[in-house]
Amino acid sequence: MNNPIAQSVANLAPTGGQKFRQRVLPLIILAIIVVAIPFFGPSRTVYALLSVMGINIVFALSYNMLLGRGGLLSFGHAVYFGLGGYAAMHAMRAIEYADGGFWAGFPVFGLPIIGFAGGALAGAIIGWPSCRRAGTPFAMISLGVAELIAAAGFMFNSIFGGEEGISGDRMNGPELFGLSMGPVSDVYWFIAFWLVVGVGGMYAFTRTPLGKMSEATRDNPERVEFVGYDPQRVRYLVFIFAGAFAGMAGGMAAVYFEIFTPEAVSLLPSGFVLLMAYIGGIAYFAGPVIGAIVLTYMQSMLSDFTEAWLLYLGLLFMLIVMYAPRGLAGIIFGVTGSFSNGTFSEMIGKWLQQLAGAFLAFLGLIVLIEVSVNWSNGFGEVFEPFGLHLTFANPLTWVLIVVPLALGILILRRANRETEEVLA
Amino acid sequence: METIIFSLLNGVIYGLLLFMLSSGLTLIFSMMGVLNFAHASFYMLGAYFAYTISGVSSFWLALIFAPILVGLIGAAVEKWGLRTVHANGHVAELLFTFGLAYIIDEIVKIVYGRNAVDYRVPELLDFPLFELFGAQYPAYRIFILFISVGMLIALWFILNRTRAGLIIQAALTHPHMVGSLGHNVPRIFMTVFGAGCALAGLAGVIGGNYLVTDPAMAVQMGPIVFVVVVVGGLGSLAGAFLAAMILGLLQTFAVAIDATFADIFGFLGLSQTSEVGSITIASLAPMLPFLMLVIVLMIRPRGLLGDREL
Repeated sequence: MNNPIAQSVANLAPTGGQKFRQRVLPLIILAIIVVAIPFFGPSRTVYALLSVMGINIVFALSYNMLLGRGGLLSFGHAVYFGLGGYAAMHAMRAIEYADGGFWAGFPVFGLPIIGFAGGALAGAIIGWPSCRRAGTPFAMISLGVAELIAAAGFMFNSIFGGEEGISGDRMNGPELFGLSMGPVSDVYWFIAFWLVVGVGGMYAFTRTPLGKMSEATRDNPERVEFVGYDPQRVRYLVFIFAGAFAGMAGGMAAVYFEIFTPEAVSLLPSGFVLLMAYIGGIAYFAGPVIGAIVLTYMQSMLSDFTEAWLLYLGLLFMLIVMYAPRGLAGIIFGVTGSFSNGTFSEMIGKWLQQLAGAFLAFLGLIVLIEVSVNWSNGFGEVFEPFGLHLTFANPLTWVLIVVPLALGILILRRANRETEEVLA
Repeated sequence: METIIFSLLNGVIYGLLLFMLSSGLTLIFSMMGVLNFAHASFYMLGAYFAYTISGVSSFWLALIFAPILVGLIGAAVEKWGLRTVHANGHVAELLFTFGLAYIIDEIVKIVYGRNAVDYRVPELLDFPLFELFGAQYPAYRIFILFISVGMLIALWFILNRTRAGLIIQAALTHPHMVGSLGHNVPRIFMTVFGAGCALAGLAGVIGGNYLVTDPAMAVQMGPIVFVVVVVGGLGSLAGAFLAAMILGLLQTFAVAIDATFADIFGFLGLSQTSEVGSITIASLAPMLPFLMLVIVLMIRPRGLLGDREL
């Protein structure tokens, strides 16, 4: 008897090697990179930049637990970052002023655990009313709650410290791993440790049944209900975990900055984490990591070059939303993916065309924006790239704005039209 | 007594301004399901355009042309921006408008500077209209009242008494059916989006010099407009009107009440010097809209007069 159902079907389960390559190897590589960096002897500035990147990576990943994995668009994720950070900050002060007891024996190194707990608690309380519905109601409630907490931040001075916030000193309590936590290089090891723990933890979360159910709830809540799960409960649990990891990032930030102000719970950082996750690419686990690295770099480096960096950030975000909804990670994986399936040679021409078009259009925009910024400041300063003296009175300026912009848009349109013809 | 009358007048004016701002958003939201984050940015653009136009010519020209300009920009955004993103779903649309608000904010900061501009009430209206209990009441506020009521009547007339209004009302609830009947639904969307933005611009023109014209005005107003739309309910202009009025009155009265928590809950033993006791009702005023938002979404997700849930 040849049972058609029992016919040999290719085993679709990944082999042990594939599992290792896809699930464990990236984390090991991350750990090796963060361990290797100090051996290149980075400067204080680089250490500072890397530490902020580490904090932002954990924060952005925790946000993507909601947006990318759970399909929940939140406008108030900084609330959990901030509340976790404040919890850690108060714990830091408790360590500083402790004489004996629990806090005297608590190392500053472990403060992200307090942040984690604080974020989870905040998520458990606020998540209860928010998670009943997904979609727009969830987004609106998160916005309302964020505004409420931000307003409360300036009202309860014993918790939030008012305008000047609360500050502490990280060089107290018992030392762990021989780190005094004084110099930035010590703090780097602290950030690196918790970065690997956070990334590993959040990746592990996506492999748990709850993590899988959160993706199912995002895609089809009705069917999830039929299978016998309660979507509301799945969302609530995911929300608590997302808040907890955001709180952990807040705990890392508390130790790094040694100060927390009510601005940390306001709408601004909530918007920034949304930008980080989305620009990086919410469909991939690695997306928010890329987004956090790029945006943190822009925030600290680009802001030295130009005042209009927020405008560039906004433009980048709009471009991603309109033309590359899978984010930077989508672009990167698209290119590397074409190597493996052999379409690279066909696609490279189009990509180069698009790249050239985008580059030219961007060049024109940069000239326009930079000349405008200098003009609007009114200090008589002039945008002078390569020794050119560009003002609005100079006809060369307009040539440099209009020609690249028009050329770039033309090339982009041509490239896109060719794709449509290929598809048609 | 005088506090009550003044608060009542100011609250009604503020509520009408809020309604003018949010009526466009209600239409857009109910029709396309797009919660436009940039709506308050169009309000800001209206104020700044009016500042520029009234600088070179007069306030009265600004009153006409600034909203038209804003409306055209809105229509262009819908046509070349939102429509492209539409294929990627609602979240992408929401994020698009979020980014747009970001960009408009930054552009305004570059063009007009970071500080408030000197956008003034026109001289013709800059006089005290009448005196109440010894305090003068500026004529410009009554002018705002008239413009808002005029707009309210015009909007009601267009939506209920004209053919275009009927099509728009139909498209609010049954866009596919309207499309099947041979109407150009994308063009209706574009028109409504443009008109909604123009209304926001108009609110900016008359509100910018009543309140203040600075780059932060969009960020301040934006979330409150959402509250009006959500609390009022989807697809209901009457709901938006009600919500705007409630919010306007609530906020003005809260500011006018000179009491702390300790005064009210003193019988529970709350002391004047404790942290909770020293919170004044006035300082709670900015929080009230969001408290209302959260409560309404929790216990009545369809809003006050909405015909369906969000």
